[in-house]
Amino acid sequence: MAITSTVSPDGNQVTIYIQGRFDFSSHQEFRSAYEKLSHAPSHYRVDLQGTSYLDSSALGMLLLLRDYAGGEQSSIQIVNCAPDVKKILLISNFEQLFDIQ
Amino acid sequence: MNDVRRLKILVADDTDTDRLILESIVRKEGHAVVSACNGLQAVEVYRAERPDIVLLDALMPELDGFGAARKIKELAGDELVPIIFLTSLSDTESLVQCLDAGGDDFLSKPYNRIILQAKIKSFNRMRELHSTMLTQRDQIVQYNNRLLQEQTVAKHVFDNVAHSGCLNANNVRYFLSSLAVFNGDVLVAAQRPSGSMMVLLGDFTGHGLPAAIGAMPLASTFYGMVPKGFSMTDILREINGKLKNILPVGIFCCAVMMDINFRKRKIKIWNGGLPDCFVHHHADGSITAIKSTHLPLGVLSNRAFKDDCEYFDLEKNDRIFVWSDGIHEARNATGEMFGEQRLKQVFANNRNQNRLFDEIIEGVQQFVGGGEKDDDLSLLEIRMDEPERVNAYAKEASDRYGNSDVEWSMRFEVKPTSFKVFDPLPMLLNVLMEVPSLRAFSSTLYTILAELYTNALEHGVLKLDSGLKQTPDGFSEYYRLREERINLVDSGYVRINISHKTNENGGLLRVRIEDSGGGFDYSNRDDNGLTAFGYSGRGIGLVEKLCGGVKYSGRGNIAEVDFSWVSDD
Repeated sequence: MAITSTVSPDGNQVTIYIQGRFDFSSHQEFRSAYEKLSHAPSHYRVDLQGTSYLDSSALGMLLLLRDYAGGEQSSIQIVNCAPDVKKILLISNFEQLFDIQ
Repeated sequence: MNDVRRLKILVADDTDTDRLILESIVRKEGHAVVSACNGLQAVEVYRAERPDIVLLDALMPELDGFGAARKIKELAGDELVPIIFLTSLSDTESLVQCLDAGGDDFLSKPYNRIILQAKIKSFNRMRELHSTMLTQRDQIVQYNNRLLQEQTVAKHVFDNVAHSGCLNANNVRYFLSSLAVFNGDVLVAAQRPSGSMMVLLGDFTGHGLPAAIGAMPLASTFYGMVPKGFSMTDILREINGKLKNILPVGIFCCAVMMDINFRKRKIKIWNGGLPDCFVHHHADGSITAIKSTHLPLGVLSNRAFKDDCEYFDLEKNDRIFVWSDGIHEARNATGEMFGEQRLKQVFANNRNQNRLFDEIIEGVQQFVGGGEKDDDLSLLEIRMDEPERVNAYAKEASDRYGNSDVEWSMRFEVKPTSFKVFDPLPMLLNVLMEVPSLRAFSSTLYTILAELYTNALEHGVLKLDSGLKQTPDGFSEYYRLREERINLVDSGYVRINISHKTNENGGLLRVRIEDSGGGFDYSNRDDNGLTAFGYSGRGIGLVEKLCGGVKYSGRGNIAEVDFSWVSDD
């Protein structure tokens, strides 16, 4: 449930990495990964390389991020999903809301 | 003569004056002199002093120069000791005799000082060159010995890892030949808990050690996963990912992997880059070719990797032949390749199916003849047979699985004091992962259990309202309340019932979760939660998609789902 993030040198892109289970217990950490930035980036990347499972509260958190980042105008990529994780995202029709790689 | 280091030079001459003249010339050049006045003495002095260069009078009492030269050369062994004959003879025959006896050159009397200097210098160069060559030769021999010794030890380890398993089953025959100590081809076979056999034949690009290195992670992954019941596609993905990570670009592994079910007489096969495999039908001798439809292992990232397999129904005594391209590309003396046509001809000419395997090997070997082998060459034959005739393990597993109803159930209840300290999901998932055929669905099962348990706990026991989750702050408030209430909870329960039953094709897992809460009116439930736009309400929608529906009962406090799966054994 460790959440880490990196900001690109120009400050325009933040990448959030989620290790292990992505569920409600990561909620505060996930939120502060993007809310605590001094400069709001224009692009967000959520890297799920290390994510083994996610549940519906994680879906809720992704939607929170989306609205925070500007809703329809947001630019959020979800990258490196394992096949099972991607399946959950697709079942939930998230490909219509996010750029899922 | 400053560039010639101080040498030790033997001067052997029976004429005192000649010898003294020569000694003084040599000494003036800065070299050390040892002398002898006959052949025998010359040999003795050589033995004792080991001079670098020998100046030898041809005609001497006791032992003449020719005899002394032979002895000295013998004593010198590998070392080059230039011998220069000193002679007043000038007829061709005598000069030839000097060289025949092992002399390297001759110097005519009376001595010319300049020529003598030049010869000493020149022979010293030759001597040094020779000694460098000897040192290098010895180093090469030593390196080669060490290399071979290291390779032998490494090969022992490698063979233990890469060529064990159940290749000694009654229905398997294989042939592996290699160009070097190490084989770039890898063949592994193991049995699954269900008794079916998994086999992988791989051909790494290149030969020898660089190619063999990739075989180690391949084999250890294979032997680690097959006996635990992982599906073929999981194993292929795992191996592909590992190889992709560790191998340099340009080194990869062409491979065929098969899962052979003897009970159902089915094979599942994946071919990435190896030549067509043949299924040879026992009944009419016909052949079905199975083409490569994938890229080799270690080329694509796991996301781009394709794991779709082909399925075939076989009859008893049908045979599957898998080979590396070493068979097709074996060349004869004129550089012609064996090719698929000749291979098919071997099948066409066959009269006794039990001999097919030998006929292929013999065919290739006869064709190659004295030609040079330029690739590792591997051949594998697997015959479809009754499980009990394959080996004891296949029989036992088949008896166990053939009688296909494996049924169990478990009940688990979380009580008030446990809610805040214990998350039952990892434990439940661990139990389910003990069922081999469920392993492929670990993530899906987690989602199902997590959604149902979370609903039961949060809405049933903690009576949280997901209506809170309409706004970002409400979302946080929801989880703050969850934390608060879970610490205070002093009544209620969540009961989890899981029952499992297998059937011929797979099985059914029924999960029933009951909570102590007030439930809800499920008669009006809108079952399309996934179109909701709030931050919540997707959980049950997900479970419905994954299980095909959720059944509620009681006062809405009991949710039940059926997860059925088709096993790919």
